Amino acid sequence: MDEEYDVIVLGTGLKECILSGLLSVDRLKVLHMDRNDYYGGESTSFNLNQLWEKFRGSSKPPPEFGPSREYNVDMVPKFMMANGALVRVLIHTDVTKYLYFKAVDGSYVYNKGKIHKVPATDVEALKSPLMGLFEKRRARKFFIYVQNYEDDDLKTHEGLDLTRVTSKELFAKFGLDDNTVDFIGHALALHRDDRYLNEPALETLKRVKLYSESLARFQGGSPYIYPLYGLGELPQAFARLSAVYGGTYMLSKPDCTLEFDEEGKVRGVTSDGETAKTKKVVCDPSYVRNKVKKVGKVVRAICIMNHPIPNTNDSQSVQIILPQKQLGRKSDMYVFCCSYSHNVAPKGKYIAFVSTEAETDMPEAELEPGLSLLGPVEETFFDVYDRYEPVNDHTLDNVYISKSYDPTTHFETTVQDVLAMYTRITGKVLDLSVDLSAASAADE
Amino acid sequence: MATTGTNHLQAKLVLLGDMGAGKSSLVLRFVKGQFFEYQESTIGAAFLTQTVAVNDATVKFEIWDTAGQERYHSLAPMYYRGAAAAIIVYDISNLDSFARAKKWVQELLQQGNANLVMALAGNKADLSSKRKVETEEGKAYADENQLFFMETSAKTAQNVNELFYEIARKLPKAQPAQQPAGMVLTDRPTGDRFAIKSTCCA
Repeated sequence: MDEEYDVIVLGTGLKECILSGLLSVDRLKVLHMDRNDYYGGESTSFNLNQLWEKFRGSSKPPPEFGPSREYNVDMVPKFMMANGALVRVLIHTDVTKYLYFKAVDGSYVYNKGKIHKVPATDVEALKSPLMGLFEKRRARKFFIYVQNYEDDDLKTHEGLDLTRVTSKELFAKFGLDDNTVDFIGHALALHRDDRYLNEPALETLKRVKLYSESLARFQGGSPYIYPLYGLGELPQAFARLSAVYGGTYMLSKPDCTLEFDEEGKVRGVTSDGETAKTKKVVCDPSYVRNKVKKVGKVVRAICIMNHPIPNTNDSQSVQIILPQKQLGRKSDMYVFCCSYSHNVAPKGKYIAFVSTEAETDMPEAELEPGLSLLGPVEETFFDVYDRYEPVNDHTLDNVYISKSYDPTTHFETTVQDVLAMYTRITGKVLDLSVDLSAASAADE
Repeated sequence: MATTGTNHLQAKLVLLGDMGAGKSSLVLRFVKGQFFEYQESTIGAAFLTQTVAVNDATVKFEIWDTAGQERYHSLAPMYYRGAAAAIIVYDISNLDSFARAKKWVQELLQQGNANLVMALAGNKADLSSKRKVETEEGKAYADENQLFFMETSAKTAQNVNELFYEIARKLPKAQPAQQPAGMVLTDRPTGDRFAIKSTCCA
């Protein structure tokens, strides 16, 4: 450890591992440490023994659940948009060669007590029972507008300047009712609350476009893909990228402490009585409690079941969005289910998650609307954790801190944070303009 | 391991062993026919492929090197995942490396993949004057644990091809590991660009 590094990275969560990989590829000398004896930090996937140890304080799960190592239970469950930013990063870095993916079977939205398949194109809108006949026609016109819209082709804008027109005004132009607006805004554009309605419509339009293009990509029932063996594979794959380019890895490093010089700039990291020198530190909030503030709280139920979620056409993997307005809440609730078809549980077992931003002092009770969709459950674990954001000034201390993982169901915000950090650390903008139209799933 | 044709196998092969035992050198000798006396710690050899023909089948090895992550006991579980074959390498002139090799064998056995083809390679066989591990010792340990055993030299190429061919010969007989079909994302244009193509055996 007694060496000098360009960057020391603390924590092997997905964000830190992507950064470690990118920085090593840039030929910076990287030391990457984690206090745990496993990769992934907050964004790891646990086997059954680890799951029991975390939530039940014993590493002896009952035998009826099957072999521990056949479980890969995500601690921060999310799906990947097939055309989204994380896929771009994976292709840009060629980390895809370490991973296998499968499409997610279904994408549903909760509406008036029932769940419905999410319509994302003009054709699907016409078939959806979510809307009445006249509303379907109006929605179809909206989808055609979105599909045709091109940034640099003014004809397709139909006289609207979407950098000024708000989402609310755009919906009003097509005469869409609140119900339709609710599922477009939350189940397609994946906004987490209703603030977007008064913001420029361009962002919403781009999000709906991303959803429908992702949906078209693999001709599955959803715009999402998910790695075999769970999300814990992602940080491992990026860590491998970093190692291939010379990054040094040390797990099980207790009490990693940042050392500062008299000007307050970081100069090293001490663990086990040894100090490694460095110019910069990249870390998750748990390594620098005095440089972050609490910004929210996530509550999540993790359920092991013997059946798929009812009313989802027996989907082996599925997402259900419960928009906040449907529940009388401020933030959306997300249900997420995976199974042996993605190698995250033994055959016949399903792992379901219900997550939301906690709004009360009884966060577990808030999950009831999501839990009630699951049917019988064999075992439930509740996880409540605080979300942190950095409050330091990296130009003063050279410490670059990631934000905690939010409860969103996909990785768009995760990658935004990573790209912004990369720019702060290196002064460079990462060019992710990979040719996604040529990108495909293929034999190798 | 994946079957991509009647007689065409794709197999992930991993290397394990002490730093400096010659894991990368064995791979570079096998894949590129090269040898460097002072090989830098693994850069660039972390993912190589090589196809060999045995009997009437071809085996395409996807060879994973540790990329140095074993140095501080920080090898990721993904490394072993889905491996069809493993080569555990030690240096015949270094007793410690033989002890470490035994630990890797035990760790692999604990992974519980009964179909994994495992080979023990006593490398640097050209250094016979400095030998610390007798051939019989390596052979006996391999027999006890049902591995196959060869002494190799990446420097002289002794037994290097033989090692990989022997693994290839044993592979088709081993049952493929249970793996559902998955897809690899790639930016190489394929004719049918939105197709999902199965890459793994069902």
